[in-house]
Amino acid sequence: MKRTRFYPYQQKLGGRMIEFFGWEMPVEYTGIISEHLAVRQKAGLFDVSHMGEIHVRGPQALDFLQNLTPNDVSRLAPGQAQYTALTTPRGTFVDDLLIYCLEPSFYLLVVNASNSDKDFRWVADHAASFQVKVENVSDAFSQLALQGPAAQKILQPLTDIPLARMKSFASAQGRVAGVSSLVSRTGYTGEDGFEIYTSDPSPGRLWEAILAQGKPYGLLPVGLGARDTLRLEAKLMLYGNDIDDTTTVLEADLKWVAKFKKGDFLGRDVLLKQSEEGMTRKIVGFELRDRGIARPHYPVYVGGAQVSQVCSGTFAPFLKKSIGLVYLPVGQTAVGTAFEIDLRGRRARAEVVPTPFYKRPAI
Amino acid sequence: MYPGDFFYTKDHEWVQVKGQEAVVGITDFAQKQLGDVVYVQVPGVGTKLSSHQTIGSIESVKAVSDVFSPVSGEVTAVNAELADSPELVNQDPHGKGWIIKLKPASPKELEALMKAGDYERFLEGLEK
Repeated sequence: MKRTRFYPYQQKLGGRMIEFFGWEMPVEYTGIISEHLAVRQKAGLFDVSHMGEIHVRGPQALDFLQNLTPNDVSRLAPGQAQYTALTTPRGTFVDDLLIYCLEPSFYLLVVNASNSDKDFRWVADHAASFQVKVENVSDAFSQLALQGPAAQKILQPLTDIPLARMKSFASAQGRVAGVSSLVSRTGYTGEDGFEIYTSDPSPGRLWEAILAQGKPYGLLPVGLGARDTLRLEAKLMLYGNDIDDTTTVLEADLKWVAKFKKGDFLGRDVLLKQSEEGMTRKIVGFELRDRGIARPHYPVYVGGAQVSQVCSGTFAPFLKKSIGLVYLPVGQTAVGTAFEIDLRGRRARAEVVPTPFYKRPAI
Repeated sequence: MYPGDFFYTKDHEWVQVKGQEAVVGITDFAQKQLGDVVYVQVPGVGTKLSSHQTIGSIESVKAVSDVFSPVSGEVTAVNAELADSPELVNQDPHGKGWIIKLKPASPKELEALMKAGDYERFLEGLEK
């Protein structure tokens, strides 16, 4: 199994390690619930170095990425990032990702760990007819995420980058704890926070400095267990569970990502047609109305007939409810629609609810 | 660390016999494996269980695990506190986190179970 450069620190902290797509990663330290609550109320520090990074540069970098993804890359000034997808010609997902504009004609793609190699091959294969260079820099980069209401207070003393005026999805290069880094106001938890990328071969002092600085604020190290419960409360997609190469961008309720007016992109025709004719199914959020937890793949019944399976599901530690995501036939997706889920042989009632399940309080 | 007067199963349940009453729960090892417990599903009082039969299940945030009865008997009580405070299973798995009490049908069944020392050795074997 691969290990990130922060592995020895996680071991020292007593992290419970599991295998995650070929990586030995911490699933929890003090417990999923305590880590989840720390991120919602104070702050949490995640090692996300297993994510993949791809550099795309060249005179046709913008044209290339415009063609490859549905969102409008031309909107990105240097320092700005956007959430988007790598789409198939059918309008379905190869992956979801962030694209950062580092400089004009120089972009950074940050992709899911589970798809790192696949995405690089996809991007490289499609680059053949464009004047661009595509480089897989995943091994060089380490990445931390500092998330929670106290994130800015904790990070500012450690960096020369002014954070107060850094807008959501903006980024800047600078030093954090002396380590040269790219810092962005992005994250996967539904809280305010920052992601920190560095190609420094010894980034351990970054981890230690943030933990030490954050301790008086209640900062905890957080594992993959709480990473999943946090993102689900915020209704953020997980490739493999909620989106994949069989679900279209529109079915996944991500219509805002598809900027049809910007020009052609892979899958545009199919998605345009679907937006005009309507979909047959759509992803919705649900809450259980009976005791239990709805987990991925549990069968879902509407009117007594099985229509699909749970995509993502868990007990939400902050909301203290069982929640999840599922694709339902488009006539059954209205908020309040009642349906049933088979929880290991026992039928439990569920109800479609508005999403996101959790929205952080406006300050 | 594992109470000397309990008996243990390979599925990480414990049973403590006090005269005509047996108390059943899961071990500290099991609660650590599960993580934060959020629901405990238990049978009704009066249910007759055979040894190794499923009592119910314990749901944690990340997993669900069946609990098996270490011995045969009739359920005489279930821990009502676990409905509102399932975290007792994590906090005090050998005490306040008990799951059911039953009237054991056959005291000889204890002979097939592990004592504390055997269970601790069994756990060491698992960790290798």
